[in-house]
Amino acid sequence: MEQKKVVMDAEGIDRSLTRIAYEILEKNKGVRELVLVGIQTRGVFLAERLCRKISGIEGKKIPLGLLDITLYRDDLQTSHRAPRLGKTDIPFSLDGKKVVLIDDVLFTGRTIRAAMDCLIDFGRPKRIQLAVLIDRGHRELPIRADFVGKNLPSSLWEAVSVSLTEKDGMDEVVIEESI
Amino acid sequence: MTLLLKGGRVVDPSRKVDGTGDLLIENGKIARSAGELDQTGKSRGKGAPPGVEVLDLRGKIVVPGLIDMHTHLREPGFEYKETVASGSEAAVAGGFTSVACMPNTNPVNDNRSITEFIRRKAAECGLANIYPIAAISLKSEGALLSEYWDLKDAGAIGFSDDGRSVMNAALMRRALEYASSLDMPVIAHCEDRNLSAGGMMHEGFVSTEIGLPGIPGIAEDVMVARDILLAEYTGAHLHIAHVSTAGAVRLIREAKARGVRVTAETAPHYFTLTDEAVRTFDTAAKVYPPLRGAEDREAIREGLRDGTIDVIASDHAPHARTDKEVEFDYAASGITGLETSLALSFGLVEEGLLTLPELIEKMTVNAACILRIPKGTLTEGADADITIIDPQREWTVDRGLFRSRGKNTPFHDWPLKGKAVLTIVGGEIRYRDC
Amino acid sequence: MKLNRKDILGIQELSVEEIDLILETADSFIEVSTREIKKVPTLRGKTVVNLFYEASTRTRTSFEIAGKRLSADTINISASTSSVVKGETLIDTAKNLEAMNPDIIVIRHSAAGAPHMLAGILRQSIINAGDGAHEHPTQALLDMMTIRTKKGGIAGLKVAIVGDITHSRVARSNIHGLTKMGARVCVSGPATMIPRGIEKMGVAVHFRIEEAIRDADIIMMLRIQTEREKQNIFPSLREYAQYFSLNRKNIGFARKDVLIMHPGPINRGVEISPDIADGPHSIILDQVTNGVAVRMALLYLLTGGTS
Repeated sequence: MEQKKVVMDAEGIDRSLTRIAYEILEKNKGVRELVLVGIQTRGVFLAERLCRKISGIEGKKIPLGLLDITLYRDDLQTSHRAPRLGKTDIPFSLDGKKVVLIDDVLFTGRTIRAAMDCLIDFGRPKRIQLAVLIDRGHRELPIRADFVGKNLPSSLWEAVSVSLTEKDGMDEVVIEESI
Repeated sequence: MTLLLKGGRVVDPSRKVDGTGDLLIENGKIARSAGELDQTGKSRGKGAPPGVEVLDLRGKIVVPGLIDMHTHLREPGFEYKETVASGSEAAVAGGFTSVACMPNTNPVNDNRSITEFIRRKAAECGLANIYPIAAISLKSEGALLSEYWDLKDAGAIGFSDDGRSVMNAALMRRALEYASSLDMPVIAHCEDRNLSAGGMMHEGFVSTEIGLPGIPGIAEDVMVARDILLAEYTGAHLHIAHVSTAGAVRLIREAKARGVRVTAETAPHYFTLTDEAVRTFDTAAKVYPPLRGAEDREAIREGLRDGTIDVIASDHAPHARTDKEVEFDYAASGITGLETSLALSFGLVEEGLLTLPELIEKMTVNAACILRIPKGTLTEGADADITIIDPQREWTVDRGLFRSRGKNTPFHDWPLKGKAVLTIVGGEIRYRDC
Repeated sequence: MKLNRKDILGIQELSVEEIDLILETADSFIEVSTREIKKVPTLRGKTVVNLFYEASTRTRTSFEIAGKRLSADTINISASTSSVVKGETLIDTAKNLEAMNPDIIVIRHSAAGAPHMLAGILRQSIINAGDGAHEHPTQALLDMMTIRTKKGGIAGLKVAIVGDITHSRVARSNIHGLTKMGARVCVSGPATMIPRGIEKMGVAVHFRIEEAIRDADIIMMLRIQTEREKQNIFPSLREYAQYFSLNRKNIGFARKDVLIMHPGPINRGVEISPDIADGPHSIILDQVTNGVAVRMALLYLLTGGTS
């Protein structure tokens, strides 16, 4: 038996992203040395949207990278399938930059751990911050987000899924029981 | 120059023509060929404008220039036996307008510079068309392939290790494959040198009686069989040189029936003489392959009659006196053939074994097809290579009168009937005996 | 997605889907080799043994770099310096290795079928780096990847493979792969180097290079081994270079945007003239770059996950 509940609709997502954009600018005192890196797959779309919002506010375009964490996962040996590789493209130096990592859902924290390992292979950022649309709790590693769209307490037998127009045809965050 | 050949019996197997007719030659080409032409080439009445030489050929036979696809011109290296120039003189005297020469010169014609040398010498003397056959293997040693593509580019029209034989079947296989990709024939001298070793004449009753070591017919047959199978396997065109045995004729006949791309030639001495000619130890009759037994001669004649043998080629092998006037054991092998080939072959028509068109076919168009040369035909537009034969001319073979430097013939003093009296190459008269 | 295979022994048995998966995965690995730190931790703690019974610099180095960039431990064994010299059989060598628990064994051997023998005996994944004249699957995969990247796809392209086809594992693997992916393949070379019946593999045969490369999108030149001269397969390097090599005179028969490939090492002036090898049509060095990515992709796909 599954109950599906919509916790954010398209407008809600947009407002959260707008707020996150302002928060990023506030915390970092502007766009100097600021770069965004989105985590494949939906983190990339969110990062693109944030990039547009920030340049709309500040009038400046900031560098945007994309990152696929598959090669850095810690569960390759135990998962049932070797996942399909996505594209990593960080066409600028990270040395001395303030990197904001962006993902759709923060859960166990292992994805972010892998993303940080990858970033550090690319260079030595001055600072790494994390922005997520949804934080659903249940951390297994000491990882926390700097910018959160919505805190969504959940149980382990619930599934949280983010749909974005770029990939799924609509904007929506849904939580449902999966038994 | 313009020539009008009037009133001869035109026999052109390439067009299946056999009848009285005229030929008009202009600028080295056959301008017109018809039942009756006047001097302007039009099919009308008679009358002779100036500048046109008219030849009255009534009673004569007019055929496409004869082709001898197996000769040894000995140059470079053995000029004391023959040169391209003296060989060309002998060729046109024998009625041949095109001649293919074998590569066992010195150095062997296994690279383009020798091929080009021979062609240059031929151009210098400007008599017959000379087509070099290049060696299958370097130095004809039967070990390594020569450069076929390069040789073709230099003007070679086929490959052969004539004089020796290719003992290594793997090499022969590669030669057939490689030549086949260039659409060129491999001409095989079929001799198992282990079986023939030490032999000087055919192994038969005569050799037993006179005590000369013999070369058994199977020395030729086993190689004919091998090469036919290799040709079958590779799909290549194999041409068998100087067929002399009944066994070879049978193998070739069967192979052709199976569809193998094999053609064959024989020389006049194999349908005229037998090993009896050697009884007197006459070195003029020492030849390779040797003159065989009567059954072989019969089989050769039958092979000519039923089409198993496609070509008559002289295997013109001139030698100097010093090479022949020695003990039989040490004498060189070979018969000088260009100047007797036609008359001896004519004998087959006289005997009724072949019709005249069948004979001419074996001395013109068949060789042209095998060598892929644009000769052997009297079609309008073709090169004006024409041989005029007097079928009634009786003459006696006199080696002293041979144009060839080689006087080594077993037919000396033979009375023969039929002779080339006019040989035209490229529209120019290169030999005239009338 | 995972390759449902223990081993990579040849292209003949791979499906189009599998080839697509390998090539797409390889695309992702190109980027890793452009980073400052050319390493990802994916195969950390895995052991890859390169067991090369035939001399090779290029392929072995490529496999070694591929393994190291995935953080695997790579071990190189070349026959001349190993116990093989002391007479140890292939199976004994392999079983000894197996007892040391590697994860992947990459093998190159002059005997066709050697990798298949190992694959049947060992539990490790076996990658065929070239067995006799039979197959060289990683070469064909990197060739297909290079063609795909440069031309946007493989289907419908005319590909001419020129050289000693009879003795070429590169030719055989490429013929399997390219025909599967929909290319029109033809082969050319001296008649003595075209094996009988090769048309049955779905290729056209031309004895003249001009015919083979006419309107070709891709020309793949194969290396001529000089030992073949003595085996009477062709008369001389000189004749080969004059009539069967790719040079400025005959390249005009191909399309204007033709691309030239060669598995290496090149015999300059024999099968390909230097100006063509170094010229704008040549993608020979791209092949080498893609070779590392393809081999990384195979190592990744063969170790990824337990089934």
